[in-house]
Amino acid sequence: MAQSAGLHEPEDQLAAGTVDRHRAITSLQEELEAIDWYDQRVDATADGELAAVLAHNRDEEKEHAVMTLEWLRRKDPVLDRHLRTYLFTTEPVPEVEAEATDAGLRAEPGDGGLGIGGLRGAHE
Amino acid sequence: MSHLLRGHAPISESGWKQLDEEGRQRLVPALAARKLVDFAGPLGWERSATNLGRTVAVDSVPVEGLVARQRQVLALVELRASFSLERDELRDAERGAQDVDLSALDLAARRIAQAENVAVLHGWAAAGIVGISEASTHPAIALGDVYADYPSRVALAVERLLEQGIGGPYGLALGPQGYTGVVETTEHGGLVVFDHLRQILQGPIVWSPGVRGAVVVSLRGGDFLLDVGQDLSIGYDSYDAAVVNLYLEESFSFRVASADAAVALHP
Repeated sequence: MAQSAGLHEPEDQLAAGTVDRHRAITSLQEELEAIDWYDQRVDATADGELAAVLAHNRDEEKEHAVMTLEWLRRKDPVLDRHLRTYLFTTEPVPEVEAEATDAGLRAEPGDGGLGIGGLRGAHE
Repeated sequence: MSHLLRGHAPISESGWKQLDEEGRQRLVPALAARKLVDFAGPLGWERSATNLGRTVAVDSVPVEGLVARQRQVLALVELRASFSLERDELRDAERGAQDVDLSALDLAARRIAQAENVAVLHGWAAAGIVGISEASTHPAIALGDVYADYPSRVALAVERLLEQGIGGPYGLALGPQGYTGVVETTEHGGLVVFDHLRQILQGPIVWSPGVRGAVVVSLRGGDFLLDVGQDLSIGYDSYDAAVVNLYLEESFSFRVASADAAVALHP
């Protein structure tokens, strides 16, 4: 069972953004673990009322996890790109990866447009 | 891959960047019409026509008791300027050469920019484009060849627009020779003609390759409409051991919405 992991490198060698992302990743880890714990307790208890309370609390942890994930997405462009590729798709996940890879290989050197557009005011 | 087929050309990513930058630098100063008219786009290579909002009656219908009307559209024209570059020059560019010969691209850029200027400002009958000067409902004004007289001619054009209730500011499309003339000439009292014209127009004087004489246009907006499908782009055609054959290309339509919003001045 994972504990909140500490920093693996001296803090004075880390960028402030890296440390903040570490905090967020650790928090996300804790939220996901809590969901797992609640799932098991809901299954194990014989008291229906307690199971309902635990399930309610578990679902709140899901909200917390997603809020933290969104913060991470906003700070990490690569994570953002992957989330946009894979989330909310319906095809088998490996097929999504294959399509994304093909699209990358097919990418042209620039789209050809010179980006000139309208020039009203460009002469001033 | 788009129809430009850039991925098939024996040109590296950095090579394309250099060509695109060169094309952009050469085109922007010469694209006079775009500095004076409303621009819509890029609307995409797939765009084929501009909606005119008008219809014509269809004479016959397949079943009695019906009425048919057909939509009127203005088809976009595809304009292409082909050019060839030496592959040795492109290889030298990869090595960091700063004096690469891209003169063929420069010439293509001048040609296509001039063609766009002419189509918009004077018209292009074969492509169904009526230009600003030929659409103008105002009698053309003689510009003459005395640059010191240009302010009075342009002031007369502006007066005609004002009389029709066409507000400013106004822009002046001026052919290269006239442009140089007004920059170099001073009036009695030492006022440079260029500066005097700016005061009259309250708008720009645009160096306009391809323009014959000059055209004064209102810049209030909504009068002159340039719709661009694919904006100016560089595409790939073919190559051999010595050269790469490329082209500059765009698709566009142009229409005049207010024929009384411009006055032509003929040379």
